[in-house]
Amino acid sequence: MLRLLRTNALRLAAVYFALFAVSVLALLGFVYFSFAGFVERQTEAIIRAEIRGLADQYEQGGLGGLIDTIHARVSGQQVRATLYLVTDERLEPLAGNLTGWPRAESLRPGWIKFPVEARDGRTSETDTALASVFVLSGGYRLLVGRDLSDAEAFRARMNQTLVWAGWLTFALGITGAVVMTRNMLRRVDTLNRTSERIIRGELSQRVPLNGSGDEFDQLAANFNAMLDRIEQLLTGMRHVTDNIAHDLRTPLARMRARMEVALLERPTATRYVKTLRDTIHDADHLLATFNALLSIATVEAGARRDPLVAIDLAKIARSMAELYEPVAEEKGLTLTVSSDAAVSVRGNLHLLSQAIANLLDNAIKYTPSGGVTLSVRRDRAAARLEVADSGPGIPPDQREAVFNRFVRLEASRSMPGNGLGLSLVRAVAKLHSGDVWLEDNNPGLKAVLSLPASDERALAREAAMPERPVAKARRLSG
Amino acid sequence: MRILVVEDDAEAAAYVVKGLTESGHSVDLAVDGYDGLERAKRASFDVMIIDRMLPELDGLSIITSLRGAGNNTPVLVLSALSEVSDRVEGLSAGGDDYLVKPFALSELLARLSALTRRGSLASRLNVADLEMDLLSRTVTRAGRPIDLLPREFRLLEYLMRHAGQVLTRTMLLEKVWDSHVDPQTNVIDVHVGRLRQKIDRGFATPLLHTVRGAGYCLRAV
Repeated sequence: MLRLLRTNALRLAAVYFALFAVSVLALLGFVYFSFAGFVERQTEAIIRAEIRGLADQYEQGGLGGLIDTIHARVSGQQVRATLYLVTDERLEPLAGNLTGWPRAESLRPGWIKFPVEARDGRTSETDTALASVFVLSGGYRLLVGRDLSDAEAFRARMNQTLVWAGWLTFALGITGAVVMTRNMLRRVDTLNRTSERIIRGELSQRVPLNGSGDEFDQLAANFNAMLDRIEQLLTGMRHVTDNIAHDLRTPLARMRARMEVALLERPTATRYVKTLRDTIHDADHLLATFNALLSIATVEAGARRDPLVAIDLAKIARSMAELYEPVAEEKGLTLTVSSDAAVSVRGNLHLLSQAIANLLDNAIKYTPSGGVTLSVRRDRAAARLEVADSGPGIPPDQREAVFNRFVRLEASRSMPGNGLGLSLVRAVAKLHSGDVWLEDNNPGLKAVLSLPASDERALAREAAMPERPVAKARRLSG
Repeated sequence: MRILVVEDDAEAAAYVVKGLTESGHSVDLAVDGYDGLERAKRASFDVMIIDRMLPELDGLSIITSLRGAGNNTPVLVLSALSEVSDRVEGLSAGGDDYLVKPFALSELLARLSALTRRGSLASRLNVADLEMDLLSRTVTRAGRPIDLLPREFRLLEYLMRHAGQVLTRTMLLEKVWDSHVDPQTNVIDVHVGRLRQKIDRGFATPLLHTVRGAGYCLRAV
């Protein structure tokens, strides 16, 4: 409870309580005023009707008729509810259940309020009565009133009820506010406690869901999903760092050793030139590796500024195949391309070219004999590009691992390459909201790049634009 | 050649100036944007090398302002920004070529010489006894017709337009294939090898030479 006071949730509770109290009080007020007024109006209506009736009696039956009627009315009632009095012009009572004209009250027609003796015989007390005075022809006065004790008892009862209702409102409001706030606070607390534990380093912590699917559950689910993603990235990052350290240390150590040996040997110009040449060659390799790493990182971060435009994947595939065809031929392989006329995707021309180049490069590199097939098809909502080879393939349990940075299978260690080619393909696929995976080609390996296909008409529109799509889109977005 | 280098990074500038001077060029160095623009306006250069990111006034603004003043000296833009849209920006600002850092000196030299000696507009190109007719799209060597695929024709055309100059693999990929991909393997070597088979095989003097550590050169001797 003390914690409750400290929290921001107190404000919420107060607002809840205030809203609750105000609405209940407004409701009670409305009920009170409509009922109280109703009782009053009802009393007045009864009196008015009585007077009209008695006046009619006087008109028809004269004074005698009026007095008879009043006698009948007075004796007819068990409890003195209605008061009657008829007097002559000197206010001498002629009939009725009042002993005399109420003192100090107006004689003129209209409404009067006056005390009467209590009807249940409690002589010391008085009730209040409401009455109307009517002057009959001949100077006679007629007074008809109602004892207000019933109405007042009702009003008192109602006031009491309202006070109780007020207290009840207060109690319910406070309880409601506390319960509601506590409930909300508990769920926020769960989130907070989990975050604190994560901050302390327990990265595997997750927020429990209560399965209700409400906003808090969604928040918790999103929070968990975010944590999963972060954990995944961290693991990936650690893996990459380990690999960078391992894979870059080797060439650096080689460079260093070569230069050290060159210094030890008898200094000759040719020897130095050779050492420098070799060192530059190694440095170029290191730079290429860093560039590849940087490209992957940029693509993965999705931070590239080049926009995705509608392009024909089949056309890119054909031009990449044309680039690699002589390489395949030189190795004695056949490179065949089969594709649909145009397969439109929203993409980055340069990155997709690079991805296809990497796939072709791998296929040609690891296929000793036979052929490589590149095919591009539109498969419902997906553009499916396949690079199939007749090489030794990759065991199923390692097909996913090769997409990680620097991962090179034992069998391929002797081949040139940095183990980053497929990582880039994967990053490019993800950037395009697609994916890439490896399948069995029976025999050989089949790499499948699947991208969401886009509208063919978009391609036509984009192609019809006179300006370079890159520059155009930049201007629009900038 | 007289070359203006606008580069604020001292080490990079020293590297470029040294490399160019060693290759027999005379070099002026400016270390910020305003200095660069002033020098470019005062004297006439054969080619300018302008870094994209400069203090005071950035490289692209210098080029825009020079072009606006009617100065058409070829400009090579140096930049650490490697995306295709960055290149497009550099070239549309008025740059003639775009080179991403870090680069090899051989690449820089090759590009500079390609910039200063633009290919001719003639419809016939000759290198020794090799002839190319751009209208009929035929190639002959010593009068013997040589059959080329369309891409080989473009490759040879580019080599002939820049006969005598060293052309790097990256330049060939950019200009002939219009692509900026990193081909991983020696793709360009294989293409050049094929072309060499067609134009040099059976002739006493080879025309298409490999320049070690740099690229290729088509020349008579």
